[in-house]
Amino acid sequence: MSNDSVVVPDTLGHFGPFGGRFVPEALMAALDEIDDAFHKAILDPTFIAELNDLLVNYTGRPSPLTVAKNFSKYCGGATILLKREDLNHTGSHKINNVLGQALLTKRMGKTRVIAETGAGQHGVATATAAALFGLECVVYMGEEDTRRQALNVARMRLLGATVVPVTTGSRTLKDAINEAMRDWVANVESTHYLFGTVAGPAPFPELVREFHRVIGKEARQQMLDRFNRLPDAVVACVGGGSNAIGIFHEFIPDAQVRLIGIEAGGDGVETGRHASTITGGAVGVLHGARSFVLQDDDGQTVESHSISAGLDYPGVGPEHAYLHHTGRAEYRPVTDSQAMEAFQLLSQSEGIIPAIETSHALYGAMTLGKELGSDAVILINLSGRGDKDVETAARWFGMTE
Amino acid sequence: MSKIHEAFARARSENRAALIGYLPAGFPTRDGAIECIRAMVAGGVDIVEIGLPYSDPVMDGPTIQEAVDISLANGTKIVDVLDTVKHIASDGTPTLVMSYWNPIERLGVDKFAAEMAAAGGAGVITPDLTPEEAAAWNVATDSNHIDRVFLVALSSTNERIATVAAETTGFIYAGAVMGVTGARTSLSGAVQDLVARTRQASDLPIAVGLGVSTPEQAHDIAQYADGVIVGSAFVNAINAGGAQAAQQLAEQLSVGVKRS
Ligand SMILES: Cc1ncc(COP(=O)(O)O)c(C=O)c1O
Repeated sequence: MSNDSVVVPDTLGHFGPFGGRFVPEALMAALDEIDDAFHKAILDPTFIAELNDLLVNYTGRPSPLTVAKNFSKYCGGATILLKREDLNHTGSHKINNVLGQALLTKRMGKTRVIAETGAGQHGVATATAAALFGLECVVYMGEEDTRRQALNVARMRLLGATVVPVTTGSRTLKDAINEAMRDWVANVESTHYLFGTVAGPAPFPELVREFHRVIGKEARQQMLDRFNRLPDAVVACVGGGSNAIGIFHEFIPDAQVRLIGIEAGGDGVETGRHASTITGGAVGVLHGARSFVLQDDDGQTVESHSISAGLDYPGVGPEHAYLHHTGRAEYRPVTDSQAMEAFQLLSQSEGIIPAIETSHALYGAMTLGKELGSDAVILINLSGRGDKDVETAARWFGMTE
Repeated sequence: MSKIHEAFARARSENRAALIGYLPAGFPTRDGAIECIRAMVAGGVDIVEIGLPYSDPVMDGPTIQEAVDISLANGTKIVDVLDTVKHIASDGTPTLVMSYWNPIERLGVDKFAAEMAAAGGAGVITPDLTPEEAAAWNVATDSNHIDRVFLVALSSTNERIATVAAETTGFIYAGAVMGVTGARTSLSGAVQDLVARTRQASDLPIAVGLGVSTPEQAHDIAQYADGVIVGSAFVNAINAGGAQAAQQLAEQLSVGVKRS
């Protein structure tokens, strides 16, 4: 079990053996600049007030905690509580981090933001903040993802962003990050790379975590206020890991609360066609940090597979690798078809259409509820809404004409 | 004196900069790479950099990305890279490998350094490893007597240059552009300042690369740097005219690197 008195990350961005910075020298100055701006900002009452104002009056925080009475029956009768990040402006948790980083961009005097996106939710949130703050915005998105998340491509363009379909490699999130890094290294003077998850080189894993911690802070207080207790388990899907870290963090000192991250199992981990980086990967360096990576014996990245664009990534944030390493959190895979089953069940029992990413966490809670029984209380991070996924879902369920 | 330092010393005695040529192993084929590199050396390349093809080359522009994709599609493995090193080094050419960090870490840092040394390799350039993360690598390269080359960038502060200079052996790689590899028509004057700032921190030879493609650019750089590194232009030449074109480009560049 972890020693909670150890502060992670250390000053070089290490979470135990994970994290750090593995980047071209050309980016070191920019990462130092972000690190410095970030640590100053979070101690500056003006910054905190500005961010809080945006979170309350623009995003609509705090997000509600919904008791999913009907969905409970698919979860062994356990009490199911949904932290409704889908109700945030732009439809997912991603906006929390984006508004924080957009304010930092202003403070650093940069005029252009770039972002990678998988499901398009981070891209939409970034395009939204860029519109609000008058920043130029370019979003890199794998060509495969522009197809399966076409609604979000249209949203980004309507918001005034340039969307660049990336045609290298697997044409998904990994390749979008590669392309964004190439842009950044060439334009770093004017440009902030508004990174969308708790992966990447230091300080991104820490910085993105801090901007998403609001999820867990609110949820923990809502639990205490309304139920006078903490949950038995907190469940969240893990792509890069930002919504999971955001809801987990406040509960880390509560040793009795299990923290369970759900990875995308694709066709099943045993088939090799999956995105379960911790379950099925090995320790390595990808996109600037040491963590778990899907890779072969030569250290070449292996392509990930998932029905969910937002989880279809062969890496994972270093703090998740650390939480796995210390045993504080557990990671389990959920396959495409299991996630789609949960997608349909939540939609039809609660009238809430979840993102396919989130549906992985929902299925994880179904399994966990059956394990723990009807006395259990399970908190799920409902990280996003499923509007962007209606086409994929309609095709999956054979509902297209 | 190491093979690399001998090559820089020879170039200096001939009143020119050393010419350093890059090609990914396995491009255009496994044997084709060896043939092309030998042609580059015949044309006047002093030091060879063999790229270890990697699936996610974030420091490379489209030219090298495509070459690396071809190499990986050809099935190039780390053993093939080491075998390519062995061929070129056995000719007597100082030979380095340029590799992103993950393949090295995956094989094992000590094993990688030992196998490089066994293949006759002179050193390794690591474009995404900075001294902050290099503790184990420093030990492995020292104990296997191979050089480790880190980079300085136009954005590096003098403080960072000092950090990089303190850990680098062999030579210091100065990036000529803020950006990825690929031929550029013009280079910023700031690179001369970067080389000057690096000289303040180190007695090691300094080679300038990234974006350098023409004899004219090589000539400009040769006036203030110890080495000129060319990569994408060789890939372009090979795409257009194979080993013969690579040799011709090396001949032109080797005229370019003379000091006037
Ligand atoms: C709704 C939703 N949930 C989860 C994710 C996965 O990202 P992370 O693991 O960083 O939360 C995404 C990413 O696109 C998303 O849109």
